[in-house]
Amino acid sequence: MLILECPYCGVNAEETELSAGGEAHLKRFGPGSSDDNFHDYLFVRENPRGVHLERWRHANGCGKWFHAARCTTTLEVFGTYSAQTTEPPQEIKDKISARRPGWSWREFS
Amino acid sequence: MSKAVSALNGASFSGMADVIETGLTGMITLRGALSDATFQQAVVDATGCAVPAQRKVIQVGGNVVVWMSPDELLIVTDHAKAPAMVDTLSAALKGQHALAVNVSDARACFTLKGVGARETLAKVAPVDFDGAAFSTGDVRRSRLAQVAGAVWLNADGSFTIVCFRSVGQYVFDLLKTAAHPLSAVNALG
Repeated sequence: MLILECPYCGVNAEETELSAGGEAHLKRFGPGSSDDNFHDYLFVRENPRGVHLERWRHANGCGKWFHAARCTTTLEVFGTYSAQTTEPPQEIKDKISARRPGWSWREFS
Repeated sequence: MSKAVSALNGASFSGMADVIETGLTGMITLRGALSDATFQQAVVDATGCAVPAQRKVIQVGGNVVVWMSPDELLIVTDHAKAPAMVDTLSAALKGQHALAVNVSDARACFTLKGVGARETLAKVAPVDFDGAAFSTGDVRRSRLAQVAGAVWLNADGSFTIVCFRSVGQYVFDLLKTAAHPLSAVNALG
């Protein structure tokens, strides 16, 4: 079972209290962007074996969106962080590096 | 104006815990910056309660202020006093990025008390309701089987449960089943 700490209400919420919101840190390409960029924004998603950054919503709790860094193979959770950011904070990156040296995910490593 | 009626009109059940629909209860959702001094003063002036800390409840007299999220409070008061309290809060918070709404008729409210109350709740929510983990003045928003709800522990040892009115019957039936007198698990201390 996946247990994530909600950074907004501090609750250790288990999976059934949350709803998954897909990949984190998507950069929107809207009107005026190239077809390739728009295609990638709409359809291309990471599907890694290992470190993954995701969006979650504490749907049955405080209702806030947040980010989570976890491992898709072991379900190890490296940490959760605020939704008001466009990249994982250094503290989270350090935590991942400590457990998975040399990791990379999209442009982050 | 038509006569106000609560979700289940005071229905009750007695098993290993007592489940009571509280009848007409005033409930106000207040959103805004909880750390803002004007906001805090407005809450104190209107309710007599300070703004509670994260996942805490403050009770003064007949008013209860519940921490719902980093920008949301739930105020529980008399059903008849709620509209005036909304006006007071709205006036005090004029010009602020804040909103007070009377949700009395949009929510159902239950009281759960008795020796089996913790166990009844533990059966329906993915929350640790052991005495060491959940004590007086704590509030937890979570899942009651299939629907969202908020639960807090009052000073008199009873739990108050708030859910959407549309699922009031579901939550009552759920608690009734979980509190069945022959269903004790005795897993909690």
